[in-house]
Amino acid sequence: MAEQTALADMHHADGAKPDRAVVRDALGVGVAVGLSGFAFGVTSAGSGLSLSQTCVLSLLVFTGASQFALVGALAAGGNPFTAAAGAFFLGVRNAFYGLRLSQVLALPRAVRPFAAQWVIDETTVVALAQPTRRAARIGFTVTGLTLYVLWNLTTLLGALGAEAIGDIDAWGLDAAGPAVFLALLAPMLQTTRERAVAGVAVVLGLALLPVLPAGVPVLVAAAAAPVVLWAEGRRKTDERRNDRQSGRRNDRQDDRQDDRQDDRQDREQEAAG
Amino acid sequence: MNVWIAIAVTAIGCYAVKLIGLLVPEGVLERPLVQRLAALLPVALLAALTAQQTFADGRLLVLDARAAGLAAAAVALLLRAPFLLVVAAAVVVTAGVRAMTG
Repeated sequence: MAEQTALADMHHADGAKPDRAVVRDALGVGVAVGLSGFAFGVTSAGSGLSLSQTCVLSLLVFTGASQFALVGALAAGGNPFTAAAGAFFLGVRNAFYGLRLSQVLALPRAVRPFAAQWVIDETTVVALAQPTRRAARIGFTVTGLTLYVLWNLTTLLGALGAEAIGDIDAWGLDAAGPAVFLALLAPMLQTTRERAVAGVAVVLGLALLPVLPAGVPVLVAAAAAPVVLWAEGRRKTDERRNDRQSGRRNDRQDDRQDDRQDDRQDREQEAAG
Repeated sequence: MNVWIAIAVTAIGCYAVKLIGLLVPEGVLERPLVQRLAALLPVALLAALTAQQTFADGRLLVLDARAAGLAAAAVALLLRAPFLLVVAAAVVVTAGVRAMTG
């Protein structure tokens, strides 16, 4: 933690990201994703929810994947608690985002209940991509505010316009969701470890989809993270054992140095975005 | 009424998990393993969500125009296109493929 802060300060000293650049990035994400609230409004109204139900979802739930999951389940005739459970499971990932954000943003306790509603994929990605705490806070706030306002506005417009548009699939609007997720994911795939986690998660998410209730496969796919870390740990242990068998001297010390170097590289990559 | 119950339960649940993440005590987060996990979990969840929203139709796996749209988005990302253009590419290509294949 201390080292991370030092690293951030270093960035700040030798040319921090200008506030304007942070705001521009945040607006880019906020506007683009905020506009996709239109697709949600159309889908929700098309699934038989009323205008007020659709708008309350965007105002109070405000996490796209959960909202889509809920209206999908209700349209499919699911009972309210099963439908809500699926949406809730999808929302659980925001708790993990909060874990990261509370370190990066270091918000005062009194502010946290208000900031919480904005803890979603997009604000997390923008905040974590910033080199300094100041930039992270600006990124989080601008993304959160833009996205919240636009998402609710376009939800309303989409719900009102649902009848005029007709079949949303014909307009390709159902591809907006995955494209948003892919765009958020891409900058995170910098090391082999991250790519392995993504690969395993995709396989788990798709393989379990037909056999588990809605929303659960994504949660199980989260297990890709500990699984990959565990596999990495095993590989390192094996290498250590092989080195010892081949009679290398001071191997444990070397390994420990390697580990420390690995950790440092990880942290630098994380800080760099 | 059922719909309102579902909305209320979802809204409360989703807000609660957001808040819990922010309120977990710092000490828990200082362990390197927890930090690594917290960094990797979003990767896993986003990857699984992307795949599901592209290839799932309810509980069935399908290959349709959305896959072409996602491929277009991936190309746009590799070309370092801005966010809105990435999403637009996916929507336009998906609509185009559907228009052509009927």
